[in-house]
Formats: sequence, structure tokens, C-alpha cells
Amino acid sequence: MKVGIPAEISPNELRVAATPKTVKRLQKQGFDVYIQHNAGVKANFSDKDFEEAGAKIVATAADIYGKSDIVLKVKEPSMEEVDLMKEGLVMLSYLWPAQNQPLLQKLADKKVNAIAMDAIPRISRAQKMDVLSSMANIAGYRAVIEGSYHFGRFLNGQITAAGKVEPAKVLVIGAGVAGLASLGAANSLGAIVRAFDTRKEVAEQIQSMGGEFLTVEIEEDGATSSGYSKEMSQAFIDAEMKLFLEQAKEVDIVITTAQIPGKPAPKLWLDYHVAAMKPGSVIVDLAASTGGNCVLTKNGEVYTTDNGVTIVGKLNQLPAQASQLYGNNLCHLLDDMGKAEKWKIDMEDAVVSRAMVTHNGKINWPPAPLPVSPTAGGKVKVVPPTAEEQKVSDAEKSKKAATTTVISLAVVGGLLLLVGAFAPPEFIQHFTVFVLAVFVGWQLITNVAHSLHTPLMAVTNAISGIIVVGGLLQTKNDLSNPMTILAGIAILVASINIVGGFVVTHRMLKMFKK
Amino acid sequence: MFIEKEIQMAAYLFASILFILSLGGLSSQESAKRGVMFGIVGMIVAIIATVLGKGVEGQVYIIAAIAVASVIGLMLARKVEMTAMPQLVAILHSFVGLAAVLVGFGSYLDPHTHTLTGAAHTIHLVEVFVGIFIGAITFTGSIIAWGKLDGKVPSKPWSFKGLQAMNLVLLIVCTILGVLYCKAEGTSGMLYLGIMTAIASFIGVVLVMAIGGGDMPVVVSMLNSYSGWAAAAAGFMLGNDLLIVTGALVGSSGAILSMHMCHAMNRSFFSVIFASGSGNGSGGEKKAIEGEVTALNHEEVAALLKEARSVVIVPGYGMAVAKAQYPIFDMVQHLRKAGKNVRFAIHPVAGRLPGHMNVLLAEANVPYDIVMEMDEINDDMPNTDVVMVIGANDVVNPSAQDDPASSIYGMPVIEAWKAEKVIIMKRSMSAGYSGEDNPLFYKPNSEMLYGDAKVSVEKLMSFLKA
Repeated sequence: MKVGIPAEISPNELRVAATPKTVKRLQKQGFDVYIQHNAGVKANFSDKDFEEAGAKIVATAADIYGKSDIVLKVKEPSMEEVDLMKEGLVMLSYLWPAQNQPLLQKLADKKVNAIAMDAIPRISRAQKMDVLSSMANIAGYRAVIEGSYHFGRFLNGQITAAGKVEPAKVLVIGAGVAGLASLGAANSLGAIVRAFDTRKEVAEQIQSMGGEFLTVEIEEDGATSSGYSKEMSQAFIDAEMKLFLEQAKEVDIVITTAQIPGKPAPKLWLDYHVAAMKPGSVIVDLAASTGGNCVLTKNGEVYTTDNGVTIVGKLNQLPAQASQLYGNNLCHLLDDMGKAEKWKIDMEDAVVSRAMVTHNGKINWPPAPLPVSPTAGGKVKVVPPTAEEQKVSDAEKSKKAATTTVISLAVVGGLLLLVGAFAPPEFIQHFTVFVLAVFVGWQLITNVAHSLHTPLMAVTNAISGIIVVGGLLQTKNDLSNPMTILAGIAILVASINIVGGFVVTHRMLKMFKK
Repeated sequence: MFIEKEIQMAAYLFASILFILSLGGLSSQESAKRGVMFGIVGMIVAIIATVLGKGVEGQVYIIAAIAVASVIGLMLARKVEMTAMPQLVAILHSFVGLAAVLVGFGSYLDPHTHTLTGAAHTIHLVEVFVGIFIGAITFTGSIIAWGKLDGKVPSKPWSFKGLQAMNLVLLIVCTILGVLYCKAEGTSGMLYLGIMTAIASFIGVVLVMAIGGGDMPVVVSMLNSYSGWAAAAAGFMLGNDLLIVTGALVGSSGAILSMHMCHAMNRSFFSVIFASGSGNGSGGEKKAIEGEVTALNHEEVAALLKEARSVVIVPGYGMAVAKAQYPIFDMVQHLRKAGKNVRFAIHPVAGRLPGHMNVLLAEANVPYDIVMEMDEINDDMPNTDVVMVIGANDVVNPSAQDDPASSIYGMPVIEAWKAEKVIIMKRSMSAGYSGEDNPLFYKPNSEMLYGDAKVSVEKLMSFLKA
């Protein structure tokens, strides 16, 4: 089967859908790889690199679209590109199906089987093909790098001979993959990092990346069953805006990452927020391409406002790195679809059926919902008992426990009475000592550290050698008396145990040190 | 020179207090050494007070026996390697069992026994009988445990249908023998006593044979408990409070230690001790394992370690077998010097003895503040770059959490798979002690590194230094 990779025609698109590394991988999967002349130039991959990796160089896009079975692409194709496609072609690229209805229609009319990489469902199994994650990871990292480039100071705090430098404060809005990547990058550069998200469940993830979770005191959770955030109520938004205003006065770099699939980005950072910021601060808007989270963002531009705030509306995509990850995502998907040998478009498959937005001339969008959530992990949630139920069951439990205790105490008491009735006084006396000692032993051991279990066992073992006393009491002066022989052997073995046990414990404990 | 009975009692009380302090001292690292000293002093006080007591004869033999035993004991304890510690502890238990049997027979032969009358006589005979019974089980059970730990007896559980029924029948037979023996005049019950001893010895063998190697830590601590009860029984027959107190201390502490361990394995105490099936797997279809096993070579693993910032090492019995703790700690020191956060994660039942791994790591001078328990480290796993599983298997098996059909389902495990990368050092693809296949090996973020743990770690070290 032939896999073709055209050059991207958009001037802003620097990535390419394959790299020399993924070309090798595609061949391992059994595909013949054709790549358009100069397809990788903007990502620093020359035709020579591709040729060395085993790809064949093709002169025009028409050859790619006309002769391949599968086409790998980054940006959604233009109408002109679709015209070049042959019937039955499988095409993998970004498509943004929700925004690009006419394009979908055209692809369907051409009977192209188009897979929208941005529509891969966000389930665990599909993580390795999730381009949104892999690209967001890069964007998040790059946001910090570019933000700090435009920000004229250190990110970390320093105390030097030349004076003290305060650490920079970074606020990340939206803790998705990009947001978390930003948090991690900013944190490792030494900045003080905070993050805001409407979904309460991400608090732990934010903290795990070294960030402080900011929240508003309104009971509303932005999590939805699709794993994305939903739009919030007015009261919530008001509180959120107030929080942002406080933060605006304080923070040095703001990175906004909030996007809602299929809709323009929510406006979260308003003009008065920008006005409140200190001169020299930076806003990096990762949602610039969908309208921007900041009202003043200009897509594709970096500029400075009148009050000295730099707003970054375009990011270097790290094309080589991004192409590599994107290419890997594509390889994983092809892997999943059976490679060259067992190639199959399986519309029963949860991933393929949702990402395949046009199939055999029909539009297959929007897909059936597939609920996922980071907390539920795709499994059925167990409904926790309500407080009332809990109380009732607790009460029942303690009642039961009390009954059992009473019954067992009664039984024990009865048995003891029985013993007392028949046994001689001396036995009762010994028995008392015995029972009390059992309790003492029980209490003593309950809080021993795990690491000391072996020494403890060696010591109790040595102590149980106390049975030597039995032998000592039985020894007679007369060696021919069998009792003496028995006692002698008993003393011998018990003493080996005592000496061996203590010495070995001592040896072990000598080794434990801080 | 004899001391009065009252003084002897006082000395016994003092020894008892010392023993209690000794066990209490072992609850923390700082006081553990003091605990051992208390134990030694207590033992010396007890022995001297007994020997000086009225009516003790044959001091020459006593001194000779103790002297010989001390030499043997010293040699054993000095010579043993830390990896062979479980075997030594097991064989020492058997000595206590043997001593209990001998003391029991001695007590039966003692003419004084037969001057007793009525209930006192019967109770004494029962004490002797029970003491010998427990002693014999401890004796043979410990020998089998020693054999299993030392590899002389196959560690696979050896069992058959009706094992429990047989044990029950044997127990009933012993009870009948006991009744006959109590009714016998003078020392003519010796025959019954002898048969019972043989049966008890047999039960001891069967009980431990039926238990798999993976449950050995519980068995060893259970035998420890038995040896205590045997000593307590001897105390009853001799009317000696010191023996009773000490035996009861050891017996109950051993029992609770075993229960702690069963809890750590999520096994019922009784199912381990009576070997009734392994674990609580609810049967049903086992989950099919998806994925492929992939392996790396030493150079690649060394490269991973160089890049990692946080490394967790999960040691298991394989590390003990390969004696890899020294090279591992060398590697850990090297990595820590490079500024990496390297820690050990110890599962409560890793190894063949409770706390086995801690002892081995301590032997290699690993400071105990980088040795974490399972619960301390599990939360950190998602932030860990590389987990190295060295000779451990069941304790990192994800089936314990997600496969109800697995025999180890429900056992708390170290969640190695949550880390960025898992390196599993193993000699081959064989299953762990539980016999369960381990889906961890098939996870996409897992890589195998085949070979003997010690050799592998040394190779890694050479690449790390390069």
C-alpha cells in the first residue's frame, strides 16, 4: 500500500506529517512511502534525509493525491487539494469537522474517507494517537519559553552580589494538557506558578506539576462527561473575573489555554484585566487561533499595548519536534488499523468510527457520544451512599459489633468459670499470669515498624529459648537417669537458640543506620 | 550456694519485665539495640536464678551443655549470610520445638509427677501432652520451612484433596490417645505419648509442605508463635511463671505479626495457615493480557536512568538471591550524587521473611530514610520517571487491583505501572511465587532487562560511569 505525504500549502504551517524517523516506521509497518518534493523543508528535514530513510520523492501534490492509498497531512486540506484526491483515498489530517461543514461535504462527495485527527476520542487506548495532547504539550512548553523571552526578567528568584531578584509569578488559565505542560515548564524555570480551571478534579494534577490551584468559592463544577469543560453560569463568571482582576495586579506572565471544542474561545481576560497589569508583563494566548481568551489578542501577532503589556498571539510551533510527535501519532493510528498487511477500516472500532468523519460518501459527524472523565477513568461510577445511609449502616455495624462483643465476653466468662470450678488453685494462678502475658504481647507488637519485623522475630525466637529453664529444672546428678539425658539435650538446643538468636539480631541491628 | 524461692521469684519477675521491654524496644530503630540488650540481660538473670534455685542438680552437665551450645550458636550466627537469615530463623525455631518435646517427656518421667492426685494430676498430664504436641509440630514444621527456604525442599505447595479431613482425623486420634494416656497408670502411658508425638510431627510436616513459598513469611512468623506457645505449655507443666509469661509474650506477638502480614497480603489468616486454597480469586474468566513484552539492553536502560530525575527501586526476592544489594546501592549513590531523587519501595511481604528486604538493604548500608514503605511511595508513583523492579513480581502485579479472577486480587501492591517508565530486571519470563502471570510486563511503558540482577546492575553501573 502507498502512503503519500504532500507539502503543506499554508504559509503558516511549518510542520510536516512525516519525519525520516516515522518514514522508517511506516516502512516497517509495510507501507511504501512517497513524499512531495520539499515537504519537510520548513521543519528542517531535507529531501535527502527522507530519501535516506527510504521514501521516494514525488514532484507534485497531484501525484500524491492521485496515486496514494493513504495520505498523511497536517492542516485540513483546501478545496483545491480535495479536487486532486482520488476516490476511496484515506486521508488523515486535522479537520475541525464542527467548523468545516462545507469541507466535509466536499470530501464526502469525492468519496474520500477522511479521518480527523482532532476528533480522536480522548480515551486511554487512544492516547498514543491523540494529536491534541501531543501538540498541546508542545504549545504549553513553548508558551512559557516565548513568554519569558518577551518578559524582561529572570523567572527564578535569585540572591546575588548585585542584589535580590524576585521570582516571576506565572498564571496559567485552563489546566488541560497545554496548561499542565506550561505549569511544569514554568515551575522548572523557577517561577511561582498558579493555575485556574473550572474543573475541580484537576486540582490534584495542578499541584502535582508544582502549581497552586486557584478557585472561586461557588459550588459549580465545569467538568463534563466528554472530558472537556463546559460554559459556566453568570455568577460563576463574575466571581472568576473578580479573581482574575486580583491576579492581574500581581502576576508577570499570563498563559491562557481555555478552548471549547467547536466554539470560539471563551473571553476570560478582558480589557480591564490587561489595564490592571504591570508594565512589562506578558500575556501568551494559546487560544489565539480560535479568537483568543484575551479580548485584545491579535491572531498571528505579537504587540505591546499602551500600558506596556506584551500580548503574544502567535507561537513558534517547534516544527521539527511537532512533526515528529504528530508523525508518531499517525503511525500509532495506522498501527491500530492493521498496518499494511491487515489494513481495515473498522467502523465498529470506538476510535476509528468516531474519527472517520466521512466514510463511503457519507458524513459521519457528529459521532455518538463516548463519555470519559479523568476521574471515572471510563469505568462505571459507584454511587457513594448518602450521609444518611452511611449513618444508618454505621449504627447497625456498631450495634452488631456490640452484640458480638457481649456474646464473646459471656462465652469467655463461662469458660473461665468452668476452669475455676474444676482446676486446682495453683493452675488458676498460672492461668491468670498466662492470659495477662498474652495481652501484653499483643499490645507490644501492634506498633512495630515493618522494617524491624525480621530483627523482632529473631529476638522473640531467642527469647523463646527460655524453655532452657525447663531443662535446667529437670537435670539430675545421675547421668544414667533418662531425665538427665533428655534435659541435657533440651538445654543444648535451647541454648544454641538463645545465643544464636541474640547474636544474629545484634548483627542485623548494627547494620540499620540513618 | 542456693537462693530462696522468694528471691528466685523476684528474679523471674525482673527477667519478665526485661523481656517485655526487649520486645517493646524493637518497635523503633532507635531503641532496637537497647531492646536486644534487655533481652540478653533478662535471659542471663533467668538462667542464673534457675540454676541457683533449690533442688537443681547436675550443674556440671548444665554448664557443659550451655558452653557447647554457646559456641555452636555463636558460630551459626556469625557465619550466616544475611540472605540466609530466613533459613537460620526457621531452624532455630525447630530447636525450641525440640526442647519443648524433650522437656515434656522429661516431665512425664519425673517421679514427682506421679505423686500428684485427682484433678491436679490430670491437668498436669494434659499440660505435658499439649506441650509435646505443640513442640513436635513446631519442630518438624520448622525443619520443613527451613528446607523450603534453603531450596532443599521444593517451595511449591504440596497438597492433595482431603488434606484437611486427614488432619482433622489425626487430631481426633491424638485426642483419643490423650484420653487413654491420662488414664494410664504411672509411666505406662509412654506408648500413647510416643505415638502422639509421631503423629504431631507428621502434622507439622504436612502443614508446612502445603504452604507455597510466597506465604513463607507468614509461616515463619507463625512457627515463631508456636515456639512461644510450646514454651508456655512447658511453663504450665513445670509450674514456672517465667516460662509461662515469656512463652505467652512470644506466642501472642508471633500471632499478631502473622496477622499483620496476612493483612498486608489481603489473605485470611486461616486460609494461609491451613493452606486452604490460595487467595480469594473469585474464579471466573481471567482477564486476557493485552500488549507485547519489550526488552531493552543495559546501555539503553543506563541512558534512561541518566535522564531520569526521580527513580524508585522495588526490590524482591530476586535481589536477595543474586545478592545484588551492594552493587544496587553503589548505583543508587552514583545516581544520588548526580542530583536524582532515588528511593527504595518495599512491599510488606517482599522476600521470604517479614522485613527481609530492609535487612538486606541495611546490610549494604542503605540509609533507612530513603527506604519507603508501599503506602508512603504509591502516591508518588505518577511523578516518578523510572521504576526499577529488581527481582520482584507479585508485589507489582496490577491484576491485584483490576482482575477479580486473579488469585492475588485485592492484595495491596506497589503501583509501579503508574510511573513514566518501568524497567523490570528478571532472569526469565517465569511467573512469580503466586504463579500468576504479570500484566505489568505487557504494559506499553514497561521494558524488560533480562539477566542476573547483580550482573545487570554492575553492567548498568559501567555505562552510567562512562
